[in-house]
Amino acid sequence: MSMMNYEHKYRVRGGTLVGGDLFDFWAGPFYVGFFGVTTMFFTIIGVALILWAASLGPTWNIWRISIAPPDLSYGLAFAPLREGGLWQLITVCAIGAFVSWDLRMIEIARKLGMGLHTPIAYACAITAYITLEVIRPVLMGAWGNAFPYGIISHLDWVSNVGYQYLQFHYNPAHMIAVTFFFTTTFVLAMHGGAILSALNPPEGEPVKGGGHEDAFFRDLMVYSIGPLGIHRLGWFCAINAGLWSALCILLSGPFWTRGWPEWWSWWLNLPFWK
Amino acid sequence: MNVIFAPFIVVGRLLGALAGFGRARPWTTGLTLAGTAAFVAISALIFTFERPPLQVVQIGYRGTGMQAVYNTRRTDAQLPLQQVDLPLPAVTPAGKTAGEVYKNIKVLQAVDANEFLRLMGAMTQWLAPQAGCAFCHSLNNMAEDTVYNKIVARRMLQMVASINKSWKVHVGDGGVTCQTCHRGQAIPSGSWFVQPPPHGQRGLTQADSGQNLPAQVAGLTALPYDPLTPFLLQAASIRVTPTTALPSGGVRPSINQTDWTYSLMIHFSDSLGVNCTYCHNTRAFEEWDQGTPQRVTAWHGIEMVRDLNRAYMVPLTTVFPREMRGTLGDVAKVSCQSCHNGAYKPFYGASALSSYPELLQVTDTANAQSAENQAVGNQPAAIQSATGRP
Repeated sequence: MSMMNYEHKYRVRGGTLVGGDLFDFWAGPFYVGFFGVTTMFFTIIGVALILWAASLGPTWNIWRISIAPPDLSYGLAFAPLREGGLWQLITVCAIGAFVSWDLRMIEIARKLGMGLHTPIAYACAITAYITLEVIRPVLMGAWGNAFPYGIISHLDWVSNVGYQYLQFHYNPAHMIAVTFFFTTTFVLAMHGGAILSALNPPEGEPVKGGGHEDAFFRDLMVYSIGPLGIHRLGWFCAINAGLWSALCILLSGPFWTRGWPEWWSWWLNLPFWK
Repeated sequence: MNVIFAPFIVVGRLLGALAGFGRARPWTTGLTLAGTAAFVAISALIFTFERPPLQVVQIGYRGTGMQAVYNTRRTDAQLPLQQVDLPLPAVTPAGKTAGEVYKNIKVLQAVDANEFLRLMGAMTQWLAPQAGCAFCHSLNNMAEDTVYNKIVARRMLQMVASINKSWKVHVGDGGVTCQTCHRGQAIPSGSWFVQPPPHGQRGLTQADSGQNLPAQVAGLTALPYDPLTPFLLQAASIRVTPTTALPSGGVRPSINQTDWTYSLMIHFSDSLGVNCTYCHNTRAFEEWDQGTPQRVTAWHGIEMVRDLNRAYMVPLTTVFPREMRGTLGDVAKVSCQSCHNGAYKPFYGASALSSYPELLQVTDTANAQSAENQAVGNQPAAIQSATGRP
């Protein structure tokens, strides 16, 4: 309860992006706001459309439900609801809900007088989604280039799209994205480990602080990035993982149609390698 | 201890200072450096990419990612290379066969004498437009067998007839002519030789399969650099996906084995200008009914190329002079690229065979020599004997 009391102190008016005071209130612990309303609007319609589209399919097996985008022949036009049109509406709702949620994060951060690091981080995830479902399909000329909504089916799509470029591990942006994904989880594990170990000393000893954490990493590898810096580093690695993932799929198709290994011929043609 | 670590600390401090640690706004210098480096790198690499417009072809159900992705700039550039030569003007039949009119005719005896001359003209155009008749014939006496190319050409005529008659499962009714492979060149572009192992075995390590030596045939990957010898000359098993959840039974997949197959598959893709999804639904390589019908055509193609190499190319080994053969003394062989030349169908499905029905009237006198025993080349140690063929 102490946390709730603490939060109550900061339940202040203002900081909204649109609508002034209209939706500037809380429902229980949740801040509503204009974008809370739009989030709910898009979420309810989107989930209803997903259920409708799923009901048209052959299965209710949660793993195998798949809502596919239109055939390529529809290009960037609207498709009949049962032939990808529902996918199109669901995509609109998903983007509406994701973006609303991010704008609501901004409003809350503004109320609290915080920086916008959290909404920026979430915006990177939305960017990756929009890249996959909108930007790349538009560049390639058809909604049918987007992935389907289904737990297994979207993974099947990932597999086939990877094999469209023969060996996706040679995609340079994919390499960088994977490296950032591994690094951010590695950094998070190291940081989590440092915090947990400092806060859980042997019985009878006092809890350790930032000085101990710094000393540990200096002894371990000469350098400690520090208690603020580790969060900056984690944030940097995490959003880069998302952004380079978006770039790696954006390149595949619009900016490269061959096998990714072949892209590296520029390296093989460098004078010192030749 | 400090003495030992002093260099690391000094270097660390220097790097830290360079990156701006310890300043009021520690990230600015680092960001400037990173930004400059990124700008230089992007400016240099941006020209290595392609740009739209694209043409995407749907192969499977929507949303499955079964698609062929083409850049129209590249396909437009390919079109002129995929044109069938206009057929030579028709001739009035002579009423006599070539065997009756000319001497030393061995495989085209049954062909009408005038059609025979027309075919000779077409073959010149297909194979040796520069060298002309002299490419195969002694100009003093056209009937002589003194030029080795003539011996080769006879066998190749038999090969073309065999492809058109026995391998319809792969080439369809369109069939092939000499031009399918030769395209104005004496040596077709997809010809290949057995590559000797690059380094041999190194101590306790596994035998070197030629990895990390980017080869065109392997699409410049780090995969084994000669996948054609085990799979298109010999008959090593290509399948590496087990049909059961656990790897039991005849197929023993390994990463090593998979690398070899992957290398061969990249040769297929590059030769046909298609990606993996042209034949495979990659969610389940092991299930043929989830793939496309093209996979079956390709399977027959593999069998066909093996047959052509063993029954037609390898027996010609000693006919070719040494300088026309490979490092190991083997004869030039057929690959997928030989006919396809980067198109999913040679000439995108156009064919001149119907203009030259004489290509089907070839007499197959020479029996295929014992091709199995003639097969040359070192089978890479990693490739085991054929098992689990589909």
